[in-house]
Amino acid sequence: MSDKSVEARPLPAVPFLKIPAEGSPYLEALKCGACGALYLAERVACGKCAARGGFSPTRLANRGTLYSYSIVCRSFPGIEVPYVSAIVDLEGGGTVKGNLIGVAPEPAKLSFGMPVEVVFKDALGRKDREGHSYLSYFFQPRA
Amino acid sequence: MGNDVYVVGIDMIKFGRFPETSVSKLAAQAALGALDDAGVSIKDIQALWCGNLMQASNMVGQQLLQEIGQTGIGVVNCANACATGATAFRDAWMSIKAGIYDLVLAVGVEQMGKGLLGGAGGGKGISKEGLVGSLTMPAVFAEAGMEHSRKYGTTFAQFAKVSVKNHHHSTMNPKAMYQIETPLEAVMGAEMISYPNTKLMCSVNVDGSAAAVLCSEKKARELGLGRAVKVRASVLTSDPWQERDLVMPDVNSCTRLAAKQAYEMAGVGPDDISLVELHDCFATAELLHYENLGLCADGEAGRLIDEGETALGGRVPVNCSGGLLSKGHPLGATGIANLYEVATHLRGEADKRQVNGARFGLTHVIGLGSACAIHILEKPA
Ligand SMILES: [Zn+2]
Repeated sequence: MSDKSVEARPLPAVPFLKIPAEGSPYLEALKCGACGALYLAERVACGKCAARGGFSPTRLANRGTLYSYSIVCRSFPGIEVPYVSAIVDLEGGGTVKGNLIGVAPEPAKLSFGMPVEVVFKDALGRKDREGHSYLSYFFQPRA
Repeated sequence: MGNDVYVVGIDMIKFGRFPETSVSKLAAQAALGALDDAGVSIKDIQALWCGNLMQASNMVGQQLLQEIGQTGIGVVNCANACATGATAFRDAWMSIKAGIYDLVLAVGVEQMGKGLLGGAGGGKGISKEGLVGSLTMPAVFAEAGMEHSRKYGTTFAQFAKVSVKNHHHSTMNPKAMYQIETPLEAVMGAEMISYPNTKLMCSVNVDGSAAAVLCSEKKARELGLGRAVKVRASVLTSDPWQERDLVMPDVNSCTRLAAKQAYEMAGVGPDDISLVELHDCFATAELLHYENLGLCADGEAGRLIDEGETALGGRVPVNCSGGLLSKGHPLGATGIANLYEVATHLRGEADKRQVNGARFGLTHVIGLGSACAIHILEKPA
């Protein structure tokens, strides 16, 4: 017995992207209870301080700034190029890597520290073997 | 008598593409070269460390002994990403340091395919490549280079000059994959792979092998110290926690940690180093390591390459072999090939590319993930 309405909902492209039943999607990190270090996946203990005290889910901000990037012009077969692979520092903590969209993939159009926002869109039409759609996150310039 | 460890034999094959042979036969060529260089037989060797990455589960070390002599010695097969060969060498060094053996062999070998290195994604769900950024190696190292640009204004041209220099060096190294000059316009105008790394700023995928015979001071005196190179430091580190290391594999802090320990162990400083073979897997990486290894102050790497200080004839020549960019980068062999280059200079046998008066040389490799191995060698007494 399958619930078609549930199956029709996209799945998160990465485990740290959360899609609540109500409200907007968001990115979530796990915060070390002892030192506050953030992780994008579960760890047995904290990589920074080795505490075993556990982690608490922390919602990451939807705004940040461009820390570093590369303009990817050659990738694996079937991957559309060029695109900007961006490292973004989010407001309030956490660094995430993703595609920077809404800007020409040219060095002159990109600047360190440029303000970006996190947006959620379909995962470039990619589907898994079972035909599921996925929701991913992207960065785009903000004013 | 001290407990210093010496390299008494070392060799590498000319790097290239050898799809028709086997990984163990490639390893055998370098192993026999190193044994002959030391003037010993496989029958004298007490243990073997064999570094290989792509066939790490295939007992390549034992296959090697099947090619050159099955003497029944202990064999350790080791894999540690691009630090694989250096790790094999270091573990061989430790066995002598510990007084377990007097004469051992370390081999690094790799048979590579063509194409891009990096995480292709796959597994469950959908491919993440090009969806949430890139995990290809050219992009990962481009992002690390652009972090340096962010801090210090390092330019595309400065990164490209690394390739110009290393390709120039390789024209004097008959064992390099390529011996071609690549002027700055050619490097910057080559196909862009992942800005700012063009195709000529990416290391060359090649097959290769390198091997070293290590021994105790007692054994070195027996064999003759004439060409024996002393291992003054051997250090291995992993990547300590860094704020952005979830998304930016960190090649800097493990190198800084290893460099500090290596200089302490050797009792020398960066100013004493005559030449360096460092992990230029991409042109962007080389400039980072000038600073990580203390060859200059933070922020000065761009000036170093601009002023030719790291070119042959400069203050501290870097990658006289041509480096991974031009000599080639057979992953598991690279760490010992770097040691071969430095040892060859310290023995005064580097011919046209000889660094005159070389007394101390440093080798550095990074296995992304990350592992950093640094060795400091001293010229024969
Ligand atoms: Zn912690």
